[in-house]
Amino acid sequence: MAEAAAVGAHEHHHGPQGILKYIWSTDHKIIAMQYLFTGMFMAVIGGFMAYVFRMQLAFPGLPVPGYGVVSPGEYNALVTNHGTIMIFWVAMPVLIAAFGNFLIPLMIGADDMVFPRINRLSYQVFLISAILILVSLFVEGGGFGGAWTAYPPLSSVSDYNLTKLGSSIWLVAVALEFVAFLLGGINFIVTLMNARAPGMKAYDIPVVVWMIVIASILFMLSVGPLIAGAVMLLFDQTLGTGFYDPTRGGDPILWQHLFWFFGHPEVYVVLLPALGITAEIITTFSRKKLFGYKIVIFTAVATGVLSFFVWAHHQFIAGIDPRMANIFTVTTLLISVPIAELCFVYIATLYGGSIRLTTPMLWALAFIGEFLIGGVTGIFLGASGADIYFHDTYFVLAHFHYTFFPIAIIGTFAAFTYWFPKMFGKMMNDTLGKIHFWGTIIPFNFIFIPLFVLGLGGQHRRIYNYQNFPELAEMQPLRVLATGALIVMLVFQFVFFWNMFKSWRSGEKAGKNPWKANTLEWTTDSPPPHGNWPADDMPKVYRGPYEYSVPGRDDDYWPQNIPG
Amino acid sequence: MKPIATTRSATGIPTGRLAIWWVLASEVVIFGGLLASYLMHRLGHPEWANAAANTNTWIGAFNTLVLLSSSFTAVLAHNAAEMGDGKKAARYLVFTIVGALIFLLVKSFEWYTEIRHGYTITANGFWSFYYTAAGLHAAHVIAGAIIMGFIAKDAAKGKELQRVELIGIYWHFVDVVWIFLFPLLYIAK
Repeated sequence: MAEAAAVGAHEHHHGPQGILKYIWSTDHKIIAMQYLFTGMFMAVIGGFMAYVFRMQLAFPGLPVPGYGVVSPGEYNALVTNHGTIMIFWVAMPVLIAAFGNFLIPLMIGADDMVFPRINRLSYQVFLISAILILVSLFVEGGGFGGAWTAYPPLSSVSDYNLTKLGSSIWLVAVALEFVAFLLGGINFIVTLMNARAPGMKAYDIPVVVWMIVIASILFMLSVGPLIAGAVMLLFDQTLGTGFYDPTRGGDPILWQHLFWFFGHPEVYVVLLPALGITAEIITTFSRKKLFGYKIVIFTAVATGVLSFFVWAHHQFIAGIDPRMANIFTVTTLLISVPIAELCFVYIATLYGGSIRLTTPMLWALAFIGEFLIGGVTGIFLGASGADIYFHDTYFVLAHFHYTFFPIAIIGTFAAFTYWFPKMFGKMMNDTLGKIHFWGTIIPFNFIFIPLFVLGLGGQHRRIYNYQNFPELAEMQPLRVLATGALIVMLVFQFVFFWNMFKSWRSGEKAGKNPWKANTLEWTTDSPPPHGNWPADDMPKVYRGPYEYSVPGRDDDYWPQNIPG
Repeated sequence: MKPIATTRSATGIPTGRLAIWWVLASEVVIFGGLLASYLMHRLGHPEWANAAANTNTWIGAFNTLVLLSSSFTAVLAHNAAEMGDGKKAARYLVFTIVGALIFLLVKSFEWYTEIRHGYTITANGFWSFYYTAAGLHAAHVIAGAIIMGFIAKDAAKGKELQRVELIGIYWHFVDVVWIFLFPLLYIAK
């Protein structure tokens, strides 16, 4: 051991060598890459699914190029697994696991997570869950098609869903994914609490780290009842118990409560990291201190607490007590206050700054603008009276895509383009980045604004073919428009992959701190070596993370680790 | 060599202890969700009391005693580990494992009898919750006993003595869960 220490500071923990280094590593940066690329791979699959079922809706019954004719059962499986994959295998692994793993140790000045092997186990469990969800699509009977919310009795009775094996594998995959994120989450929380660099006080922690850790706590506290619920559902499916069967003393609404008690905080679990990413980028590229740092943290905590009391707004027409619906309307409308406040905080940060419209900055600004549309349309759905009409229409679908797309896609691209120089040591091509940005943002709005209109027109979700509804059939041009926009958007993603590959191969060298930012990850090499900093020269922290344009200093930034 | 991160303690609380409390927090909501579901159903189905009448309170009480005693030996193990006596700590951990085994043995006998009388997991709502809740708890007993075996092995060599405390905290939690299950599943008739 003493010998190993003598070999050199950055080789102080010997890991496996060669290819094993990448699949059996305990290094937080490698694990982050594993999560990132697994998430990207799943995003491609989820995107392909969206392409197939959007084609079916635009041109019902015609063979879809690259897939073939979509049967009704396949359509259900595609929409179900698109939702499940995009939330559990794209948004969570990328926003929380990948960026959490990459950023937390680097931003708090540690050399790794406090439990590196549990971290590795977390990814391995996640990988198994990802394989399982893909396998479930190809078993006998096909993939589960009872929607990502998996309401019983459709999910619990195989005579109804016709996918006996597919639904059980789907459920086990989701449960395993929860286990992976519980393992990862505990690691994140404890690492932030205990492994901070000397001098880093609670209010010196970068906002994105706060947000990822608050999100991990939210996830941990909300997912438990659903794990219990998943066990019950699995028993209903496989052993023949009647937890959700009213004829045998059970209650199908129980599942809805357990699911949404998790499902709604889950929105904030992925939203908070995206808000944190935006905060980092906006401060860096407006060269200004974050407006109201403490307010942002307290608001995030308040949002988290409030998010536990809004779940029944998903069940306004499920037969819950109308007096209960009133209470949940109030809490739901209340939660828009802290989120609106955060948007104002970001605008106040921009105000009077010297704004640089780099690619990451464009993504960050787009996040605020697009998420705003998602938030504002949520008000309609949160009001129980209006929701009776909107429930289960494309209005709901468009609403949550205006929240989840900014979170999972725009937020991820913001983070990826911002930290790419740190991850790979090269700058991304800004022109290609901007082409990709506009090629994604413009079609995105052309996909989902027509869907709002369709929803207002009374178009229900989860219908295979609208041609059989006379009053809906005539709105077909809007469906074709949305599908066309989707294809344009998907095509523009090739620009991103090309840019990523090209910049990684032959991009301009990034240097330690290309954006002239303050946080600790920019004080080490790009990409950071194993151990992040030399063991005898770990960073110390002297100030908060957003000291930009401080009067009386020559530089317009003031890294956290510079004394004085 | 361990990462520097593992040696830091910004809160002043040892990292392992901090983590185990977070593990318990996540466990509390898992059992909390299950028990809350059971309670809501039980209140809505007074007739489940007839099914509950067939549980054996005396066996449940005996198992409660066994678990409580095993928690006591876990405390003694912690005490020994604090003194730095790894061998003694390992011995007390083995006693705790024996307690776990007795608990599981009694439970198997109990379930065997019940299933033979036709009270299976699908018999009615009460029995579904009975087997699910007690089964989830038993899974925690099994997992705890296995982990305790590994920790005892290390402790006997005087290694990683802080883990004796951590498994003890977990074991008390498993005990507390049973303290909730026993009245809810056995005593309430």
